[in-house]
Amino acid sequence: MSEAKLEFLDRSRAFWNPGKTQDWQDMGVDLVIDRREGYYLYDMDGQRLIDLHLNGGTYNLGHRNPELVEALKAGSERFDMGNHHFPALARTALAEALAACAPSPDMTYTAYGSGGGEAIDIAIKTARHATGKRKIVSIVKAYHGHTGLALKTGDDRFSKLFLSEDTVGEFVQVPFNDLNAMEDALRGRDVAAVIMETIPATYGFPMPHEGYLPSVKSLCERYDALYIADEVQTGLMRCGEMWACSKYGIEPDIMVTGKGIGGGMYPIACVLIAERCGGWLKEDGFGHISTGGGAELGCIVAMKTLEIVQRPEVRTMVRYISDFMRVGLENIMAEYPDFFIGIRQHGVVMGLEFNHEQGAKPVMKNLYNNGVWAIFSTLDPRVLQFKPGLLMTQADCEEVLRRVEIGIGLARDEVMGAQVYRRSA
Amino acid sequence: MEPQVRTLVDISGSRAALSGRADMILERALWAAEVFRRYDRDATMAIVDAVAATAHEHAGRYADWAVEETGFGVAAHKKIKNELTAHPLVDFYRDQDYVNSRIDESSKIVEIPRPAGVIMALTPSTNPIATINYKILISLMTRNAMVISPHPAACECSVDAAHKLAESAIAAGAPDGVIQIIEDPTIPLVEELMGSPKTSVTLATGGSAMVRSAYSSSNPAIGVGPGNAPVFVDSTADIDKAAQRIVESKSFDNSALCTNESVIITLTDVDSRLRHSFKQAKAYVCTEDDVDRLRRYLFHNRGFNIECIGRDAHWVAQECGIRVPDGTLVLLAPITQIGVEEPLSKEKLCPVLAYHVVKGRGQAIAQARAVLRIAGAGHSAAVHAMDEKVAIDYASAVEAYRVVVNAPCTQGAAGFQTGLPPTFTIGTGFFGRSSIGENIGPQHLLHWTKMAYNSDASEAFGNYYGLDAGFAGPLPEAPSDGVPGSNGYVGRSHSTSAEANDASSVTRDELRRMIAEELRAVLKH
Repeated sequence: MSEAKLEFLDRSRAFWNPGKTQDWQDMGVDLVIDRREGYYLYDMDGQRLIDLHLNGGTYNLGHRNPELVEALKAGSERFDMGNHHFPALARTALAEALAACAPSPDMTYTAYGSGGGEAIDIAIKTARHATGKRKIVSIVKAYHGHTGLALKTGDDRFSKLFLSEDTVGEFVQVPFNDLNAMEDALRGRDVAAVIMETIPATYGFPMPHEGYLPSVKSLCERYDALYIADEVQTGLMRCGEMWACSKYGIEPDIMVTGKGIGGGMYPIACVLIAERCGGWLKEDGFGHISTGGGAELGCIVAMKTLEIVQRPEVRTMVRYISDFMRVGLENIMAEYPDFFIGIRQHGVVMGLEFNHEQGAKPVMKNLYNNGVWAIFSTLDPRVLQFKPGLLMTQADCEEVLRRVEIGIGLARDEVMGAQVYRRSA
Repeated sequence: MEPQVRTLVDISGSRAALSGRADMILERALWAAEVFRRYDRDATMAIVDAVAATAHEHAGRYADWAVEETGFGVAAHKKIKNELTAHPLVDFYRDQDYVNSRIDESSKIVEIPRPAGVIMALTPSTNPIATINYKILISLMTRNAMVISPHPAACECSVDAAHKLAESAIAAGAPDGVIQIIEDPTIPLVEELMGSPKTSVTLATGGSAMVRSAYSSSNPAIGVGPGNAPVFVDSTADIDKAAQRIVESKSFDNSALCTNESVIITLTDVDSRLRHSFKQAKAYVCTEDDVDRLRRYLFHNRGFNIECIGRDAHWVAQECGIRVPDGTLVLLAPITQIGVEEPLSKEKLCPVLAYHVVKGRGQAIAQARAVLRIAGAGHSAAVHAMDEKVAIDYASAVEAYRVVVNAPCTQGAAGFQTGLPPTFTIGTGFFGRSSIGENIGPQHLLHWTKMAYNSDASEAFGNYYGLDAGFAGPLPEAPSDGVPGSNGYVGRSHSTSAEANDASSVTRDELRRMIAEELRAVLKH
């Protein structure tokens, strides 16, 4: 590590976040991201990393995608954040673009947050207003963000720290893929909404059992609860369609999109609301106020993002990337069958499962040392989040697989001992 | 109220938008090429045959459409060309194998075909559909992906035809994106596509400016220059037959093919017989006044009059105010000079044939060389003669890489009434500032990796018979875990693990756990 980086890390500990800064050092990842371009990150000491983390799809279209940069630059010739109280050209234009590609034809309204957490809060508030009920059901190990209401839907690791966990029983959590538990939670008809990441990302992408999500939606209908789809990580073509919930046959009442919608260039998050659930927008349109929410420059970038991800070329490429990566990963799995034991996949949303309770951490470290950046799942460190971008080139996919094969082999030796057993040479 | 998708901030003209778009098209093609190169010969030829059948089936419809859209040529002739570039083209190359390795025991060399990858194809307005058929088929034969940029004047029929062929290729098992066409070709976009590092080679058929631009793109290019075929009718020729063939050729598709005869050169003592034969063959011999009118009309102050391209003889005559007999197929325009002073010695692309009489064979060759100095270097020429010495003297003197003998030049040089390979891209070679001097075919769209053994006799050559290069075929579809109706992953198209296939009652996960346990037990010892 360079002197400059050492000194920088000291400053980071001193002025930014000592715990977080140190945790990465402890995990063997001394990354300080400097330059970035496409799917490449460059550490301040010059090491290149292929980014498979993408911050949950934020960099779906690559870092500093030139078309998004251009849209932002050109947009700034005319727009700024805008005045959030007034009808605004860009906010309405984006809302229309979203309505045109929404997972349900009756989703007419879009409300804006400045980030995913705020958007989740808006979604929950909307559901409460529409149903006149308070209770929110989420899944165990859910992750929807860190704002006031979103925080309470998630793992208490993040809420208890701040003495902010739910204390009045308004937030109920049930195990994922457990329909009985879900029905039990809904049976009392006192639930405003079930909030569901279509594939729980931070939990390591456990895949919904066949029929699980549609059944949850049916239960919501039976017990008068709304269904909020959190498509922050799974939307925007990552599962091969615009919104993953559509693939499971779900037409949500409320849907949240964030991260990737701003293309990594301007933070913005959106809540799509079915007309029938948007009563507060008529009753008191000033009900939720957000100065930064739906900033018009963000809207300009988001519209370009929507246009790009809906191009036919993108659809083809997502399929090629998914198929190609799968074949390559299957081959690597066959090589290390005692360590690399599973692949969870839907499109370019993938989780690699390792035969050790912290298995994804050494894999992450060894991939890092081999030029690939992919992060373990915070709430299930057996699983590595493996998330290639929508526009990843064939050459880079091949490059990733080459490096991953080496990295997983090294991690395996670290975890299971150096006797390498290779089933297929 | 219905939502409208609007553009508030238009960046479509920006460099970023241009290269972003080009890059996406080419990357899609690259993916398709990467998968296509895993196909074996049977799978490849099944796709080729399916596409040829589609091209044949729609030959007439697109012939009509092309004539209607461009105003060039004769629909019936275009239909013939569209058909020739379907099954006959494929049959011509059927015995060639561009997929499997070649073994040469005597030189101890194994050659492995390596497709180019992504081919950027420029297609012309004069022969839009035939060129698209031909380029797509030779690209598929060699397992390449193709991106077509059609001439804007023939854009609609080209786009429709390419989509039709692409659909048929996909239905026959080709990888998605193997054939793409630009629906709104603009010069900046095409230049971006040609210059991208993702383009393997540009196959340029079209105007000189576009061809030179392909060569300037920094990528390999196979370009063709314009034609301007000189035709020598010798005294030893069968004069009647020569005249018939020339008229048949010159009137074919109203001269929209660049291989058509441009200037007839003949000898003083053949002149009157040849004129007579031409009249018999329905050519109209222009008067001096007619020639003036033609010259002024075809080559006005602003240059060549593109209005006349692919128009029939009557249409051109009428535009010029020349009265011609009914049934006239060609306007024969006697000229006394060849060179810069005489614009009619240039390429005309309509059934107007310059006619020049010389004193002897030596002068004929000098004049033919002069015709090609004006334009058409490296392209085509023709000679009508029974004397082989005359023919070979002519052929070795003119700067053309195909000299058609006693045959119509239009069809003959393009390989349709001669033994030349059928093509819609004429390599004009070094004379024509191009890289290839042959009729372009599939062999130009791939290179061969050569495994070369030690030539020392003590080192034995290996046995490569029956070994293929690992044709894994299409990529198995990745799973959408948990989506109703998706049955999990059935992948691993190659090196399939036997256990997973046989043990149908045991799920993959269970299997992996079992293997893992077994291994842990083994590793303990």
